[in-house]
Amino acid sequence: MSEQTQPRERIAAALRAAAGSGETALVAYLTAGFPSREDFARDLAAIASAADVVEIGVPFSDPMADGVTIQRASEQALRAGVSLGWILEQLEAPSPRRTPLLLMSYFNPLLAYGLPRLVTQAERAGVCGFIVPDLPYDESAEFARLLDDNGLALVQMVTPVTPPERLTRVAGASQGFVYAVTMTGTTGQSVGAAAGLAAYLERVRRVASVPVCAGFGIRTRAQVTALRGQADGVVVGSALVEVLERGESPQQFLRGLRGEAPAA
Amino acid sequence: MNAFENDVERARALEALLAGRYPDARGRYGPFGGRYVPETLIPAHERLEQGARRWLRDPDFQAELQRELRDWVGRPTALTPAPRLSARWGVELWLKREDLAHTGAHKINNALGQALLARRLGAQRVIAETGAGQHGVASAAACARVGLPCTVYMGAVDMERQAPNVGRMQLLGATVVAVQSGDRTLRAAIDEALRDWVSDPIGTYYLLGSAVGAHPYPYLVRELQAVIGREARAQMLERAGALPDALIACVGGGSNAIGLFHAFLADAAVEIVGIEAGGRGARLGENAATLVYGRPGVLHGSYSLLLQDQAGQIQDTHSISAGLDYPGVGPEHALLQQIGRVRYRCVDDEAALAALRECCELEGILPALESAHALAGARVLAAAQPRRRILVGLSGRGDKDMPTLTARLPHEQQAAQVSRRRE
Repeated sequence: MSEQTQPRERIAAALRAAAGSGETALVAYLTAGFPSREDFARDLAAIASAADVVEIGVPFSDPMADGVTIQRASEQALRAGVSLGWILEQLEAPSPRRTPLLLMSYFNPLLAYGLPRLVTQAERAGVCGFIVPDLPYDESAEFARLLDDNGLALVQMVTPVTPPERLTRVAGASQGFVYAVTMTGTTGQSVGAAAGLAAYLERVRRVASVPVCAGFGIRTRAQVTALRGQADGVVVGSALVEVLERGESPQQFLRGLRGEAPAA
Repeated sequence: MNAFENDVERARALEALLAGRYPDARGRYGPFGGRYVPETLIPAHERLEQGARRWLRDPDFQAELQRELRDWVGRPTALTPAPRLSARWGVELWLKREDLAHTGAHKINNALGQALLARRLGAQRVIAETGAGQHGVASAAACARVGLPCTVYMGAVDMERQAPNVGRMQLLGATVVAVQSGDRTLRAAIDEALRDWVSDPIGTYYLLGSAVGAHPYPYLVRELQAVIGREARAQMLERAGALPDALIACVGGGSNAIGLFHAFLADAAVEIVGIEAGGRGARLGENAATLVYGRPGVLHGSYSLLLQDQAGQIQDTHSISAGLDYPGVGPEHALLQQIGRVRYRCVDDEAALAALRECCELEGILPALESAHALAGARVLAAAQPRRRILVGLSGRGDKDMPTLTARLPHEQQAAQVSRRRE
């Protein structure tokens, strides 16, 4: 990797590297400080060792796009005193990290922190970009510009109900990867083989200039296998949070999804 | 903190507001408002915005709405002079009687309008949130009237303190879902309704009950509630022969207030005051006075003022009134405050209860606890400046509050009732 590589380019590079070896890339999500504040660094390292990109969830009091699992995780993390400031402090501690990190947060905690200060500190802490589920493309110009000035990505989301012209605009603006929500609904609901999913992902890939990752409701190796060739990567969130909650090994679960080891 | 640099900018924003340029093309009221929702809900909001702009101007739709407001809601609602409260407080007090509207509060104006809109937009089902239960009852009734199935999300805490309204919603054919997540009040009910809507953004119509949320809701709700102020202004001119010196309404999310205020904004001589819930104190968590104590941020789709901590986490609120117990406020109110056109104050639980009792005893009207905050605000205003003509928005009736009121009635009064019964 050259000296000039911007943090945001590391995301796409990591996803392409995985896809280049014939794999479906894995973007893994965990809620910061859940199930335990003390084990956050350990959980993050374990997940980073088995995933290509890691999303760190910043807990919020009103997670309106999330299902029950991440609601529960957010509530518990907030009760344990997890905050954006604490997360950035944890990430600043030296670690042999190579997996690109993203912060996933609702907009209000970011606003309250102060966007210019946040972007500077995030970049220093080794964060490569942000995903903000309640900051749609139309409201994102100011934050996107701030991130861009610091070499960080703003990942945009698209959905099966996003109209064609909008899809072109939003996917075209997305950096790092395009987050292709595979269904309507909140995070973590189980989903079958949605009719039209392949065609939808094909539409997204045609207009995206960065890798496309499918997310919302990805739980099993069968789903990941079915998406091979349709998406560059998959986002695994609620299912992984549940693995951590049960005290099971996140590496084993993630490797199982990709078929590197027998899936549980 | 003020969003505007100076008086010139504030004057310019007022001018834009009076000229009808807010919300602007991006759904903004000056810096406030906007559309901060997940991508899944963007097409639904765009469709609703187009639908609102089309149908609210459509003569057929307007004729149907006006007919239903007259025949079914019972509009226009009365403007009632309050002579005995006037004598007690030393002012000339008038009440705009939204408590006399069908289902007992102003909420029906919005619920009916949006239910008619939902039918025009081809919705298969309607969902709604409710705090005090008044919007839930209004939505259930309006959906029954237009023939659409209705699901109402209500916080478990609110279901307990507004039990009579739960039964009414169910009788009117609605499914009431108890919300056990979050703070189990109005805020959690909105979160849950949004989660439902995200699952089916095409077939489901979200009938939001206050002038909050993402664009176009604050605009749509204002347009449907503005009938309150239009009627009240004409009635004041006819009955009192003059506009009021001051105008007061309670503000939770702010729909009855924006509806009453809008027709008077250009009347520079009319002082306008919004009254929030002061709860039991000024500290975070003790009240629901967002404009008085809050800071700007994003919740439930719009940039407005919020009760939040330093880290941007939304805080639990307290008010004796379930309808005011909300940590956000409509973006247009945030603008009206920042440009100085409306003053926002709060009164506490006890002041609201005292005003409610005075209104019962002197005027024979049981106001909702929400509306009692506006009355208490009028009382404060009267003490500061006597002999003025004050118009109070009496947004709803208090029957639904009987469980709370019975628990809070002074013991001597309960004892007197018992002894009377024995005689």
